[in-house]
Amino acid sequence: MSQSVNGNSEPLVRVENLTKHFSVRIGAYGETKATVHALDDVSFDVQRGETLGLVGESGCGKSTAGLTLLQLHRPTSGKVFFDETEVTGLPDKEMRPLRRRMQIIFQDPYSTLSPRMTIGNAIGEPLWLHELASGQEVQERIAELLDDVGLNPAFAFRYPHEFSGGQRQRVCIARALACEPEFIVCDEPISALDVSIQAQIINLLQDLQEEYHLTYLFIAHDLAVVRHISDRVAVMYLGRVVEMAPKEKLFDNPLHPYTNALLLSVPVPNPRQERQRQHTVIQGNVPSAISPPSGCRFHPRCPLAFEPCDHEVPEWREVESGHWVACHAV
Amino acid sequence: MSVLLDVQELQTRFQVRKGYVYAVNGVSFKLEEGETLAVVGESGCGKSVTMLSLVRLLPPAASIENGKVLLRGDDLLQIDQRQLRDVRGGQIGMIFQDPMTSLNPFINIGTQMSEPLIYHRGMSKKEALARSAELLEMVGIPDGEARLREYPHQFSGGMRQRVMIAMSMSCEPAVLIADEPTTALDVTIQAQIVELVKELRDRSGVAVIWITHDLSVVAGIADRVIVMYAGYIVEEAPVDALFEDPRHPYTVGLMGALPSLEGETGTRLTTIGGSPPDLEDLPDFCPFHTRCPYSIDRCRTENPMLEPVADASDRGHRAACWVDIREVEVQSNGAGASS
Repeated sequence: MSQSVNGNSEPLVRVENLTKHFSVRIGAYGETKATVHALDDVSFDVQRGETLGLVGESGCGKSTAGLTLLQLHRPTSGKVFFDETEVTGLPDKEMRPLRRRMQIIFQDPYSTLSPRMTIGNAIGEPLWLHELASGQEVQERIAELLDDVGLNPAFAFRYPHEFSGGQRQRVCIARALACEPEFIVCDEPISALDVSIQAQIINLLQDLQEEYHLTYLFIAHDLAVVRHISDRVAVMYLGRVVEMAPKEKLFDNPLHPYTNALLLSVPVPNPRQERQRQHTVIQGNVPSAISPPSGCRFHPRCPLAFEPCDHEVPEWREVESGHWVACHAV
Repeated sequence: MSVLLDVQELQTRFQVRKGYVYAVNGVSFKLEEGETLAVVGESGCGKSVTMLSLVRLLPPAASIENGKVLLRGDDLLQIDQRQLRDVRGGQIGMIFQDPMTSLNPFINIGTQMSEPLIYHRGMSKKEALARSAELLEMVGIPDGEARLREYPHQFSGGMRQRVMIAMSMSCEPAVLIADEPTTALDVTIQAQIVELVKELRDRSGVAVIWITHDLSVVAGIADRVIVMYAGYIVEEAPVDALFEDPRHPYTVGLMGALPSLEGETGTRLTTIGGSPPDLEDLPDFCPFHTRCPYSIDRCRTENPMLEPVADASDRGHRAACWVDIREVEVQSNGAGASS
């Protein structure tokens, strides 16, 4: 695993106060305008060679963070730097060479591959688009990429429906690798797969990271998986990052009450331990991102909530080296 | 404890264009009064089809070819539709994975909840609504009476699952079948639902069949566990024995593939190479042998029966494997790509 998290290496990706709001229409006939606060004032960086895990429940904005970071959504405000270049507001033409270096793998390998395109063509398209290979080289490169992800190079002429979910995810990984990227956003790449196949894909992603010195932003809701694959972990709740730390610190000494609640909710695969565990589960549901609670967004569900929590947004601060948290009670 | 549900040699297959998909291939198990039985396996292993076969809720393409499903001695596969209707919802309650599609969006919660009470318990509409309001409060939905007038879209996913649970428990069934009830939910909501089912179970003494692909959830809720693969039960054991002393290579593989929240993290996950077999073309020998790091020649000629394991800590620990995996050193972890 990568060991580049030493604090003084320059970040590959830097996100500053990133905010993304979506305008929607609600009501039975869409008669009311509203704003979804998908991402609010999020700042973090991703060091070269590391894996930053991004966890949170559905609707917390983790996928929006990944997409906005890649400029697949235009941010409402805030800045994103990739390798010291500001990519926010960059025209498409200047963005394209950068896009080659930052790729994405999506959750559902069924809907992200065109059913009418052979997987060889799907993998070859970025090569052609970015002029990375020509003529005979293209076929050779496709074979190489298929081999890299553990698929038989002879599969290049087959169509997606001939493959299982795990194999399709391998194809998607090969397609992302085709551009020789430095940075890959993995947006829940294993959530749609069965347990035994999940482990294959996790191992593959780790092998490729080592071989090609990749940097990952790994978005997932499964805390055990995130703990396994990440160097550092950021926890999101309702559009805000509430805690970020090296994984040992985050899992052994969670500071934010939400992180703590999340960890207590995860079942452990050990029956004796489960019987003795404290099962104080967190009450209630995640509120709507259309009208998020004032102050700290977690305060209506928080066991530690006190006076300032309902009107004052907690400051995002570093409580010890590398351990960031946004909570009044810490 | 006495046996409540006794399933014997159940076989279910689906007709497809070219032949049959053999989804359930001779599954036998018993469920005792008040017990929680977890059924674990990956998608397509036949766990849901097995449970749908019990109450004959199968699509038209499916047919139950063989077997008996004895509920307190009555064979559910032989009774007529009228009697079956008394069983469904009356003696066997069900909760499904997706609470969005199992509630009718056009009918308010109160009407949907009172239907089984009126049908099975002979209540009047008014009585049924009053009871429904109580049930909602019981599953942690405050202000039940007002919420009865609301429609499913006004409830969140976790709340809808609570409604489903209240509904399935309303007629005090002897068996509650929960088919992946927490899979579509977030982890904090999952914890709430698991706690709720445990609480209701302990209070009412209902026997629960909990179908899931998530071994971690099993550890917290089950008394006994069945592991399924390719339509067969490959291992059956009390929950402690299964986690501490798994005997089937597939169970071992599943556990190794789970990342943990504790301990070392630098280690690689062990994987089960390859993918599950094609259920249209199942071999008549061990269906797991192609992915199994322990396989021997016999695995390619004969299909092992589910038999008690050697030196078991519990008599109910059974596995379907020719090899005693404790005696074999495995060179590779069966790791490898699916090509």
